[in-house]
Amino acid sequence: MNFAAILPEVIIALYAMFTLVGAAYLGKDALARPILWATAAVLFVMGILIPTGAPVTVTAFDGMFINDGFARFAKAMILISAALVLVISEGYMLRRNLLRFEYPILVALAAVGMMVMVSAGDLIALYMGLELQSLALYVVASLRRDSVKSTEAGLKYFVLGALSSGLLLYGASLTYGYAGTTQFAGIVQTATEGELPLGLLFGLVFLITGFAFKVSAVPFHMWTPDVYEGAPTPITAFFATAPKVAAMALFARVMHDAFGGAVGDWQQIIALLSVLSMFLGAVAAIGQTNLKRLMAYSSIAHMGFALMGLASGTVFGVQAMLVYMAIYVTMNIGTFAFLLTMERDGQYVTDIQSLNMLSKQSPGRALAMLVLLFSLAGVPPLVGFFGKYYVLLAAVEADMAWLAVAGVIASVIGAFYYLRIVYLMYFGEETDTLDPAPSLVLTAVLGVAAIAMVAGVVNLFGIEGMAEAAAATLVE
Amino acid sequence: MDSLLSIITFIPLIAAAILGLLLRGDDEAAQRNAKWLALVATSATFLFSIPLLLGFDPSNPDFQFVEEREWILGFTYKMGVDGISLPFIMLTTFLMPLVIASAWNVTTRVKEYMIAFLVLETLMIGVFAALDMVLFYLFFEGGLIPMFLIIGIWGGANRIYASFKFFLYTFFGSVLMLVAMVAMYVDAGTTDIPSLLNHNFATEAFPILGITIIGGAQTLMFLAFFASFAVKMPMWPVHTWLPDAHVQAPTAGSVVLAAILLKMGGYGFLRFSLPMFPVGSEVMAPLVLWLSAIAIVYTSLVALAQTDMKKLIAYSSVAHMGFVTMGIFAVNQQGVDGAIFQMISHGFISGALFLCVGVVYDRMHTREIEAYGGLVNRMPIYAMIFMLFTMANVGLPGTSGFVGEFLTLMGVFQVNTWVAAVAATGVILSAAYALWLYRRVVMGDLIKESLRNITDMAPRERWVIAPLVVMTLLLGIYPSLVTDLIGPTVEALLSDVTTAQAEFRADTMVATGEGD
Repeated sequence: MNFAAILPEVIIALYAMFTLVGAAYLGKDALARPILWATAAVLFVMGILIPTGAPVTVTAFDGMFINDGFARFAKAMILISAALVLVISEGYMLRRNLLRFEYPILVALAAVGMMVMVSAGDLIALYMGLELQSLALYVVASLRRDSVKSTEAGLKYFVLGALSSGLLLYGASLTYGYAGTTQFAGIVQTATEGELPLGLLFGLVFLITGFAFKVSAVPFHMWTPDVYEGAPTPITAFFATAPKVAAMALFARVMHDAFGGAVGDWQQIIALLSVLSMFLGAVAAIGQTNLKRLMAYSSIAHMGFALMGLASGTVFGVQAMLVYMAIYVTMNIGTFAFLLTMERDGQYVTDIQSLNMLSKQSPGRALAMLVLLFSLAGVPPLVGFFGKYYVLLAAVEADMAWLAVAGVIASVIGAFYYLRIVYLMYFGEETDTLDPAPSLVLTAVLGVAAIAMVAGVVNLFGIEGMAEAAAATLVE
Repeated sequence: MDSLLSIITFIPLIAAAILGLLLRGDDEAAQRNAKWLALVATSATFLFSIPLLLGFDPSNPDFQFVEEREWILGFTYKMGVDGISLPFIMLTTFLMPLVIASAWNVTTRVKEYMIAFLVLETLMIGVFAALDMVLFYLFFEGGLIPMFLIIGIWGGANRIYASFKFFLYTFFGSVLMLVAMVAMYVDAGTTDIPSLLNHNFATEAFPILGITIIGGAQTLMFLAFFASFAVKMPMWPVHTWLPDAHVQAPTAGSVVLAAILLKMGGYGFLRFSLPMFPVGSEVMAPLVLWLSAIAIVYTSLVALAQTDMKKLIAYSSVAHMGFVTMGIFAVNQQGVDGAIFQMISHGFISGALFLCVGVVYDRMHTREIEAYGGLVNRMPIYAMIFMLFTMANVGLPGTSGFVGEFLTLMGVFQVNTWVAAVAATGVILSAAYALWLYRRVVMGDLIKESLRNITDMAPRERWVIAPLVVMTLLLGIYPSLVTDLIGPTVEALLSDVTTAQAEFRADTMVATGEGD
């Protein structure tokens, strides 16, 4: 019974371990490509299968592990985005001689960690999942051992990640001390609005700080631009997608399952994180000339918007957050697929100027990126707008109109830097142009993401209904 | 023909998709095909819109040709027209084939140019036909993308600055409207425009940061919508994006911008601000009236000082839009009728004026007034047509320009004599700058060496402008064509608005004890 609930985690974990041992004995890096594709396939298939499971909430291991609709929705997002990132990373890793067989396995292990995170029903399970994810991520961040930047990125990520884990643990221990239990179901009994013990309040704040690090919300965002820039581009794509979903889902899980009775106490903190992230992300990105750094600030701003949904403290807010994350992940995978096609004379480039007049040379690629950029900026009728609309609606419904106003002003500032990329691609002057798109896989992912941004207007691919059901299981 | 409106709206988009996906290459044949396909598509759109006009029952103030389908999050895909939106749809479908024909000489990236205009047409028709607030917003904002590209890719030397300014200005206004829309949805529980028109939004005054907001939520929502529509319109003092955008945009872009895109602001006032927030409108009306009067006088004076023809016409557009906002917020039949009439008529006249500038720009590649003079000697037909539209711009009786200005002035005179008086001086100023422009460009001897070989309008140019001549004169002589169409709807709208405003006045008087 208990193991049935964690079957997907067990399967992926076993797959990862067997492949690791098998590859180590059989052929090492010669097997890297088949392993990459096999891992992508396993993750993708699991991602497809998970939400079709029974629509019930199963609690396993005495409440340590919760398999509910919310967890399944988040897991599906995590697994599918991880699989897609693996798919788009093949060419880059191969050309840069980075395609070691450990890479896909580490991604799979990180995915297991994230799945445990979103299913955690207990502070200890939470920490276990978080650390499994983080350790795998520290390693992939510094995968390019010969590059100073990549090593720096790995180290920075490790040190700051350890710091945030420490803060989180401190918060967890305070929470345990004052609530008398590590289980969310028990904490929620003690943590009621207005009469939160001071220690528990401190615990809450430290927990939030830890999560804010993981979702890179301002003022705990400092690691993000450096890590995004330093890590190999496919790894950056991975950082920008699955771990963000997992951290955001975990954030929502802890806030609602453990502190659901004290919404008023954490709402203001998250609202502040949200406003700061939206504005800093928008303003700081203006000066960036490296596209990866720019995407780092863009993701900070987007996390601010997702937090706006969470800050509303309602079922609808969680739904809005889930919809936002699903849209965000799709846009980011498309954008990073584009970044991976950026080569000049066979060398990968990430400089914004290298996009000059791309529309002349490869109109299709430029058009797809144009659509993604306007979607990132939240301009209707593209899907990115609906993400913004949902979180704004959640905020206004929760009587936080000021947060909504702040958000839309930040989105206008943010529109500027997305427009600047459009301007370079379309209005610039002809200089050296990029090489033609190297691989069919990247073009396909980019194209599908761009088409999804337009076609999603019809019904958002049914994400809305799924997110609604998922949110309903989290917040009762 | 249950889905006539959808057909009209989406023909251009389908044509754009065909252009984008099927048409390959950039040689001369492909360019020609792109232009012809765009022309056929826009003409077909116009033809399909004729049954809409004929099947419309003007005496019925309700929405007609309504279509409704399920969509996401409780929004509906709902389209329909009433007497206010129909003239704008007709204006759009009528002008677009002319716009495409006027762009026949474009040689850079022709296919993309046509796609941009076709997408823009779908979005513009959608704005006027949408009966769901979110759908409206989608079309309203979506129009920014193609226009941004049109200015940025095919514009003049300073196009990048202009395109960014255009986008960010209008985007900023619109997102505030978005927040108000969200608040309306939270309050009324629907995004359906006909239902929202019947919903009474709260008017209780409440303090924000120590300032009491008279009219309460309605005033705040009014202001949020105002931010968007005033920028779009554009009203003084947020008009500064328009001259830049106009000057840098290619001719066809300027025509669309002046003739149709600006009207979205006025349409928005009539569809949302006035009927949904009657009390907010009442509270803010004096401000709007005075801003309009200032706009009329100030921008007319600025127009006098311009050395660039397009910039001059752009400022004149701002002044003419001042009459529109003034008419709308006079809140009486003449004022609102006049405002709508003025918008339609300005669509023809300003479009034609930008085409006239385009004609000489194509030949001389300069818009400086200084570079011209004495064109009448070599371009008699051009001189005649330019004369007609200059006069129409001034508001000469017999042209459509007169009717709109006269009605709005009459409407506002009943409400606020001082505003009417100030605005009337604007009419004189408009005669000054328009006639002076005409004298400097067309009259006199042809002494400039560069103009020696200038040729008169080619047949294509004449055919493009001829329908505009006809419409300007027709509406000037027989304005009932439009006023009969809009009259009953406006009447119904105004009776709702005035009832709500009267109730509010009665309530406040009781509350303050003045009633006894």
